Amino acid sequence: MLKVLFFARIREELACSVLELQWPATGLDVSALQEQLCVEHGEPWRDILTQDNIIRAVNQKVITDNCELNDGDEIAFFPPVTGG
Amino acid sequence: MTVMKLRSFLPLQVADIVNLDNISINVHEADFDVARLQRGLLSGLSEEGAVATFTGYVRRANDGRQVATLELEHYPGMTEESIKAIIDEAADRWPMLGASVLHRVGRLSPGDQIVWVGVASTHREAAFNACEFIMDYLKTRAPFWKKELGPFGEIWVSARQDDEARAARWKGGHTP
Repeated sequence: MLKVLFFARIREELACSVLELQWPATGLDVSALQEQLCVEHGEPWRDILTQDNIIRAVNQKVITDNCELNDGDEIAFFPPVTGG
Repeated sequence: MTVMKLRSFLPLQVADIVNLDNISINVHEADFDVARLQRGLLSGLSEEGAVATFTGYVRRANDGRQVATLELEHYPGMTEESIKAIIDEAADRWPMLGASVLHRVGRLSPGDQIVWVGVASTHREAAFNACEFIMDYLKTRAPFWKKELGPFGEIWVSARQDDEARAARWKGGHTP
């Protein structure tokens, strides 16, 4: 099982805060997961998830390069942060 | 925390050692009392000498917009971990005794307190620098997002280039 979270503007634009996906027998990396979400949900998702400034995190750590996923991982997509 | 005593006989490069007497990280909706937070920071310290603090407030106008309400969203779990990592990084750069960060989430109004950072050290230079470093990194690394609501409708606040530039000043171990 994979847990996919969306936050802030991304969450609102997708109208989705969390997805749970079956772990595929073939394995998966973050970019492949992103492509899979775009294919399954269609154009609005592709436009939103391929924005240049989107930040990706795996198990609550920001990643800058693509990385392999493991069963049970938590993946998050969010816009640049604006706290403080 | 008693674990900090490890620092005196373990090499500094050992990762993830909690090397401060007192670390406090809180993310919640309720308002806060800065005097109480400062007392909390000082309690349990083996020594003191200086405390530097920063309090952030919700602006009444931002980029020319009159803000009626600010909504703060965050990523529970990752928020606290990222603040912890920022404090650890500050503690690697300056001799700190304790650090405390409180960030509010939920619905806030202009003039409300939103964030508090406190750093205790034996000397003011380390306290000032570490406090500013933690605040600069918090703004660019901790997963919080602001949405402004007002007569203009609602708008997600964009990340600011000058916040990135401020955080970048600390790269390479430099003090600005």
